[in-house]
Amino acid sequence: MDALTFAVQLLNGLQYGLVLFLVASGLTLVFGILGVINLAHGAFYMLGAYLAWWIAAYTGSFMLALIGGVAISFVLGLLLEEIFVKRMIGRDHLAQVLLSFGLILVIDEVRQILFGKDVHSVAPPAWLKGSIQLTDILSYPVYRIALCVVCLVLAALIFFVIQRTRLGMIIRAGAENRDMTRALGIPFDKVNRYVFAGGIALAALGGILVSPISTVFPGMGDGMLILSFVVVVLGGIGSVAGAAIGALMIGLTDTFGKVFFPQFSSILIYVLMAGILLWRPNGLMGKGN
Amino acid sequence: MIRLHPTMLRGLVALTLIAAAALPLLAPNYYVQFASKAMLMGMVALSLNLVVGYGGLVSLCHAAFFGLAGYMLGFMTPESGGASFWLSLPVALLAVAVVATIIGALSLRTRGIYFIMVTLAFGEMLFYLFHDTKIGGGSDGMYIYFKPEIALAGFALIDLEKSSNFYWLVLAMLVGAILLMTAIVKSPFGHALQAARDNEKRALSLGFPVFRLRLVAFVVSAMIAGLAGYLSAAQFGFVAPQMLGWHLSATVLVMVVLGGMSSVLGPVIGAFALIGLEEILKSSFEHWKLIKGLIIIAIVFALPGGIRQLAELVLPRRGDEGPPAAVTPADGTPDPANRRAEAPGTNPQAQTRGEFQHV
Amino acid sequence: MSEMMMEARSLHRRFGGLRAVSDVSLAIYRNEVHAVIGPNGAGKSTLINLLSGDIPVSEGEVRLGDREITGLKPNLRAMAGVGRSYQKTTIFMGSTVFENVRLAAQAKSGHALRMLGAVQHDDAVNEAARAAIVATGLQARSGTIARFMSHGEQRQLEIAMVLATDPKVILLDEPLAGMGQAEALRMIALIRSLKQDRGVLLVEHDMDAVFALADRLTVMADGKVIASGLPDDVRNHPAVRAAYLGDHEVAA
Repeated sequence: MDALTFAVQLLNGLQYGLVLFLVASGLTLVFGILGVINLAHGAFYMLGAYLAWWIAAYTGSFMLALIGGVAISFVLGLLLEEIFVKRMIGRDHLAQVLLSFGLILVIDEVRQILFGKDVHSVAPPAWLKGSIQLTDILSYPVYRIALCVVCLVLAALIFFVIQRTRLGMIIRAGAENRDMTRALGIPFDKVNRYVFAGGIALAALGGILVSPISTVFPGMGDGMLILSFVVVVLGGIGSVAGAAIGALMIGLTDTFGKVFFPQFSSILIYVLMAGILLWRPNGLMGKGN
Repeated sequence: MIRLHPTMLRGLVALTLIAAAALPLLAPNYYVQFASKAMLMGMVALSLNLVVGYGGLVSLCHAAFFGLAGYMLGFMTPESGGASFWLSLPVALLAVAVVATIIGALSLRTRGIYFIMVTLAFGEMLFYLFHDTKIGGGSDGMYIYFKPEIALAGFALIDLEKSSNFYWLVLAMLVGAILLMTAIVKSPFGHALQAARDNEKRALSLGFPVFRLRLVAFVVSAMIAGLAGYLSAAQFGFVAPQMLGWHLSATVLVMVVLGGMSSVLGPVIGAFALIGLEEILKSSFEHWKLIKGLIIIAIVFALPGGIRQLAELVLPRRGDEGPPAAVTPADGTPDPANRRAEAPGTNPQAQTRGEFQHV
Repeated sequence: MSEMMMEARSLHRRFGGLRAVSDVSLAIYRNEVHAVIGPNGAGKSTLINLLSGDIPVSEGEVRLGDREITGLKPNLRAMAGVGRSYQKTTIFMGSTVFENVRLAAQAKSGHALRMLGAVQHDDAVNEAARAAIVATGLQARSGTIARFMSHGEQRQLEIAMVLATDPKVILLDEPLAGMGQAEALRMIALIRSLKQDRGVLLVEHDMDAVFALADRLTVMADGKVIASGLPDDVRNHPAVRAAYLGDHEVAA
């Protein structure tokens, strides 16, 4: 592998890792703040992609699809928190698993009714079409570079909110000690609702952002759910920094795994997870190691 | 609590067994096959309950053990005839045991949400192993053209190609699994496992090897799920990666909760109920999965105690039940009735969902 | 001096920057109650957890008789002969007294992985459970579900469970907490009977109970031992009076 191909693969790995971070940070925050395990996280990733395809097909605008898809998902998150998730806080994990499994079936079927089960692709905005020619045979799509930039900006935004704002302070305190923050009279109902809806919106955003570079298909949520879980296991529950590290590790492992061990690339990330479990069972940035 | 008199209960069990054994003589083939399928799902639910109900560990990778054993039968079935039952079954179960030991040893280093995520991830690892590689036909799966042969010294004992014979084999295996599970729950091992579920710290300080207990429960449970998967693959003559997927694991979990975790038989009944319900929904609605999803959500909110709770709401209370459990006087003085409970975990009060929160 | 049953050699435990226990050494002797007192946060409970293995040590050595057990997990320490009670009663509330104690006896019997044969039919285990119940005076409550007993009886049950594991050393973490006068007197008598052929470590806030029971006394403050010895010597130690006993009726 020459240096240029290596650089391209590295870029692919980083970009994959960054998208994974967006989705997984939503998941880890919902775990950390609400203490609720949400298996339906991947379903919202899938739903976001389908929403983007649908809006783009009607309006012809990717930007509208992006804004509309995120907004719809956020509102859906608020509603679900109000109707279901709120009642799950403090219940055992088994009930949470079953509820979110039920939600997956419902979301999948509603998607089927509204959008069908066909595989689609979404066109990127016109000004991000095309590729940068690197050599005679090697080029890199502009959209992928833009995707990296957008993800980095969003990641910076997430860290800013968590580290520098009042909401972020509450979130950090909540992830540290849920009971104590509750006792301090912080409006947790409200925080929970926005964290959950925000988490859902991040998952949908991930699905929307990748829709121009990969296909939109019914099973895309499942794969993403498992990868997000592995990210959270690697990084530690509730840790956004851990999610960032875990996501980049997986992005790079998977990308280079496909290059070097194409047959077993999908197994590699689990080997990585097994290694981390042996070394630090609560994740790299998790509590109680 | 609905409690039957022991003799009545025994009579009921005997009647059910006779009816179950007579089914192939009375019912059309469709029902015989359907009943076989339901019993095999019941066996998986039964096995999962050892880990979830008695062990207090929410595992989401049992479908992987189910499917792995099915694939093992596929690998060992030659193109010209059936695999030897006596060889293929032990090999399949051994493979499951080895994989379950590795997955269990790694997953049991974690607790709570982590355990759920890690078992899910390892289960999906097996799914992708069969889905993405050429082993076992990739995403298309593989056909098993012949059912295993049960032979002794060259003579075929039972012809499993006949669906009634196959049904009886499944019935016998299910009864065997129920008896085994009942024995395990009552054994020193079962009691220790339940103690570790109710209070891990206390179980450790009494001297119980909690990690080993849980690992053994995990592996035994995986092997019973594997037995069901082996038989299931034989029944349908086909294995595909979906057999290992986590949606099946979650569906089995629904069966366990629906039937109730506090008894050995509950999950089997839950499996029958859910499979039957699915069959009715499938034939009546195009979007039956939507309704299945809504039903699961409804169970979580309205019926956390499963069918047992439903029965209690519908059936009239029996008069000779004795005082309800909540008669403890407010000042904490002992209940004069000196009620005896069953074994620690089979006592329904000890196993209400409340005590489940520390998993 | 009688035989040393358990020994801590300069134990340290740090939680992040906090030194919960630093350089604590003490010994528990056969037929003796060794009481550990000190203000809240002095590290007494942490010390028990270090001895029982619930929390790993940062530095130092724990010995049981001649055997070094610093690296042993709590279940293996229990099998080796370390029994303990918790500050918050930890019994199996939904089970009867007998079932609770039988479980403990079963743990000791080492058949935790045996899958065949119902637990009720192990005669040796049943016998050990009965003996522990008799020793703690709970015979009359044998069939009662733990949840339905008074707080004092629940604590008695916890001690019966510890006894059923046939320990050489018993570690008691505030066994009198939350008890009424009559219950406390019964518990004091029970603890006194426990030291027969065993060593007992007692962490307790009730000074009357401590001075009634202690054959040896260690005072801790801020994770360190500030005095240790015979109760009468310790209670007159100036550092102890300043740090802990204060105006408590030490002359009593």
